[in-house]
Amino acid sequence: MAVTGAGPIVNSLTAGKLPKGAPWMLLIGSWIVLGIVFLFVQLSHGTTTFNLVGSLFFGTVLFDVLIYVVSYLVEGVRRARDRLLTALVATAFIVALLPLVSLLYTVLSKGIARFDPTFFSESMRNIVGPGGGALHAIIGTLEITAFATLISVPIGLMTAIYLVEYGRGALARSITFLVDVMSGIPSIVAGLFVFALFALLVGPAVRNGAMGAIALSVLMIPIVVRSSGEILKLVPNELREASYALGVPKWLTVLKIVLPTSAPGIITGIMLAIARVIGETAPLLLVSGFTQSVNYDLFSERMMTLPVFVYQSYVAQGLHAEDDINRAWAGALTLILIVMVLNLVARLIARFFAPKLGR
Amino acid sequence: MNASAPAEVKMKVKVRRGDRVFATSTVVAGSLILALLAATAIFLVVESLPALSANPKLLPGAPANVWAYVAPLAFGTVWAGLLAMLIALPLSIGIALFITHYAPRRIAQALGYVIDLLAAVPSVVFGLWGIAVLAPAVLPLYDWLVKTLGWIPLFTGPVSATGRTILTAAIVLAVMVIPIITALCREVFLQTPVLHEEAALALGATRLEMIQVAVLPFGRSGIISAAMLGLGRALGETMAVALVLSPALVINFALLTSNNPSTIASNIALTFNEATGIGLNALVTTGLVLFVITLIVNLGARYAVNRRKAFSGAN
Repeated sequence: MAVTGAGPIVNSLTAGKLPKGAPWMLLIGSWIVLGIVFLFVQLSHGTTTFNLVGSLFFGTVLFDVLIYVVSYLVEGVRRARDRLLTALVATAFIVALLPLVSLLYTVLSKGIARFDPTFFSESMRNIVGPGGGALHAIIGTLEITAFATLISVPIGLMTAIYLVEYGRGALARSITFLVDVMSGIPSIVAGLFVFALFALLVGPAVRNGAMGAIALSVLMIPIVVRSSGEILKLVPNELREASYALGVPKWLTVLKIVLPTSAPGIITGIMLAIARVIGETAPLLLVSGFTQSVNYDLFSERMMTLPVFVYQSYVAQGLHAEDDINRAWAGALTLILIVMVLNLVARLIARFFAPKLGR
Repeated sequence: MNASAPAEVKMKVKVRRGDRVFATSTVVAGSLILALLAATAIFLVVESLPALSANPKLLPGAPANVWAYVAPLAFGTVWAGLLAMLIALPLSIGIALFITHYAPRRIAQALGYVIDLLAAVPSVVFGLWGIAVLAPAVLPLYDWLVKTLGWIPLFTGPVSATGRTILTAAIVLAVMVIPIITALCREVFLQTPVLHEEAALALGATRLEMIQVAVLPFGRSGIISAAMLGLGRALGETMAVALVLSPALVINFALLTSNNPSTIASNIALTFNEATGIGLNALVTTGLVLFVITLIVNLGARYAVNRRKAFSGAN
């Protein structure tokens, strides 16, 4: 207001503020600066390849400092601290993305070498050096996970139904509490439990696929209970009451009204639970052991699984270490693909088949 | 309203057979969980008893007694977990704030999915990545830390030649628990009453000040319980640590040397298949200790959540 004289007209609403694009320009500028620094490091033979991750990370840190100083000079201390926090939370996000991107890139680039038909059609029986595959491990993973699902889904789903539809009082409270406790059990302890159980019943040397499946279901049951419990609670009470009003007994109401309404959500929860346990290594390493041959029988002899295959190939490198490492990465790539597909399909089911409740 | 209720008609409640069968089977399923958890505790105790009463000379490494065998492992577990939390907690709170309060609405959910992707990666793959990519990558940084900050006990040399130190393991653990803590913090931050936030902004607060006075105080106990759940996860994590860490059975605070304390979980995974007899029982004993530690941490998280329920009058 009252801008008199010949000077340029100052907009009092934007005066004393950084221009809108300034932070972005600063960010890109600091990335470029650090990129140049690391380029010099590379040219002076400090490193063999261009350190992209380093320049992004340190560039972002430089940006955090710059934005604070610039904003402090132009806008004052309160805005500067605000901008600093904005920069810091963005930095936190970028820092968390770096390992994800690096990991996916590494697994893809190193795993693609052995991601061929042989890998999916041959086992490691009598294989020394190149060739061979993870057929035995894939079969083992599929069978053990399927058996674990077969155990966990009925128990988990029925427990969820009990907690939501029937459970009142002390038993329900203690089950809810113990499901929480159970979901915190470390996977290796689940493996030890199954080992201890079978060591007492059969003997300490017994290893087979079914033991692995039981260990996995210890991990899987609480996930199923929690996710399906949440979904069952979402079913509107009006539906149950309408069913009762028509004279339908409670168990049929649950089976024919509540479960179909919540089916997509329950399936999503089960798939996410499968995705969570299919990558478990520790319990299977303990109780299912490892082998080089295909074994279809869950109840006798050791059974290879994909995560154990990855671990074993990397740790127990033989004379032809290169081939073992390549197989390990190909296994890792397969595993990640399986988990990602399961996650994606689960989310798609949740999105497209979700019941249209209320408004 | 003409209340012509059919007076004094005694309805005989007939429980249908289907109802009875169904209700009973749900109770059985629920009770199975009770039994399973009790069985876990009982079998672990039974299998670990021989190690407690055995001659300690027979234990791996011939320690003075079984607790001298467990102590370094328990220390390593807690130490690695705490280091991981030190890295993961600030990052997770930052990410959660970024997704809930800073990122544009349209892409916020997509960004949340991206972080959730981290949770989908199996731990053995994290281990491979840690040993093949992260350890070599942080080695120059470790060299620099030992050279310039070596006078701090944490950073004493000599630096590990492989980069497979407890700090590297803690970084991998941090990356693994970030999605868990972030997801919980996000939910808590989203529950902040919008009126509180708008009131702060209307009084002229910057976004930082709004977060300081409205979001963080509201979410404090939620953050604590998220951190404890993340810690519980980090304590029990096996394969990543087993692959990344090159262990020695010691109690050692130095972060960057090759003389690292092992964790309970990774020690079990590494030595289980070679162990026999009393050695197996000793491993089960360490597993029992791990079970108790994670149980305490998880119960702590639960306690924090319950306290919050009692006090948050806002929702």
